[in-house]
Amino acid sequence: MKGLLKPLLGLAAATTLAAAPDERRSGYDFAGGEIRAMQDDDTANPGSLWVLQGEALWSKPVGADGRACADCHGDARVSMRGVAARYPAYDAALARPVDLEQRINQCRTEHQRAEPLAWESDDLLALTAFVARQSRGVPVAVSTKPELHPFGALGRELFRQRQGQLNLSCRQCHEDNWGKRLAGSVIPQAHPTGYPVYRLEWQTLGSLQRRLRSCMIGVRAEPFDYGAPQAVALELYLMERARGMPMDPPAVRP
Amino acid sequence: MARVLINFPQRAKRGDIIEVKTLIQHPMETGYRLDNKGAAIPRDIINRFTCTYNGDEVFRGELHPAISANPFIAFSTVVTETGELVFSWTDDRGQIQTETRQINVE
Repeated sequence: MKGLLKPLLGLAAATTLAAAPDERRSGYDFAGGEIRAMQDDDTANPGSLWVLQGEALWSKPVGADGRACADCHGDARVSMRGVAARYPAYDAALARPVDLEQRINQCRTEHQRAEPLAWESDDLLALTAFVARQSRGVPVAVSTKPELHPFGALGRELFRQRQGQLNLSCRQCHEDNWGKRLAGSVIPQAHPTGYPVYRLEWQTLGSLQRRLRSCMIGVRAEPFDYGAPQAVALELYLMERARGMPMDPPAVRP
Repeated sequence: MARVLINFPQRAKRGDIIEVKTLIQHPMETGYRLDNKGAAIPRDIINRFTCTYNGDEVFRGELHPAISANPFIAFSTVVTETGELVFSWTDDRGQIQTETRQINVE
């Protein structure tokens, strides 16, 4: 009887903890000591290489007008402080939220009159990493505007939607079973505080959308296309869940 | 050229042992992978790393497959005099990346 009760009690405790907001833990807390040390040391964190590249791109003129990001935004250390913590943000012209990668490309096409950068291209990751780096330590602060509510609600629905051949929802792993292991890896709570992340498995930097696609492929579901409105809605919901948690990009994750 | 990060204490006393940390952007293609069409992707890894201190070699490493992309190499050296640390990475395509950093002895 004792043997039976223990795991049940453990499960109940885990479920209650997941619901309590002060029990939220970022991926950093679940990572091993070596990975945390790698993230904390800018020289050892491979994400720094993209930050360096992004810093160079920031002041490089591009497009028909020959304008650089810095020409409008100035010093990113000042102008971009806390910006990544507010994304995805509502875009009034599009009447939907856009994530940081989409915003960067929007700036390129509308203000710099340049070609948009491809998803997961080194340049887009570099610019995203450089902008996101300026929000390190800033608490996640996505907007609470009423315009965003339907999109957050869609994200929440998608998070709870069972999908794929394994018929699993995001929630079943990341809320009901966090802290347990899926094969060798600890299941985190899915708080996207450190994106873009350097994932050791990828051997490169990757966006939150790439991470979501990997999870969907993992449950044998058809992944969202890059930039799909559903993907952005899910990103928005995840950031709403993580509101108030400190950002730590570029993070290192297993 | 590839992005490189090098870190060591900028000021040190003669005789101090310092840790030198290096990180370089490189795909470290193993040579064991196939592309979308099934053709082998040729091996392209950094196979040699050296560091000289005022011309004297203080560290050398030979790298082999199974070392991750963007390799991080750290080593220690004894500070002797003010001068230059020259770092050099050589890959399978014969590309050589060389970086020079100043070290000041108090």
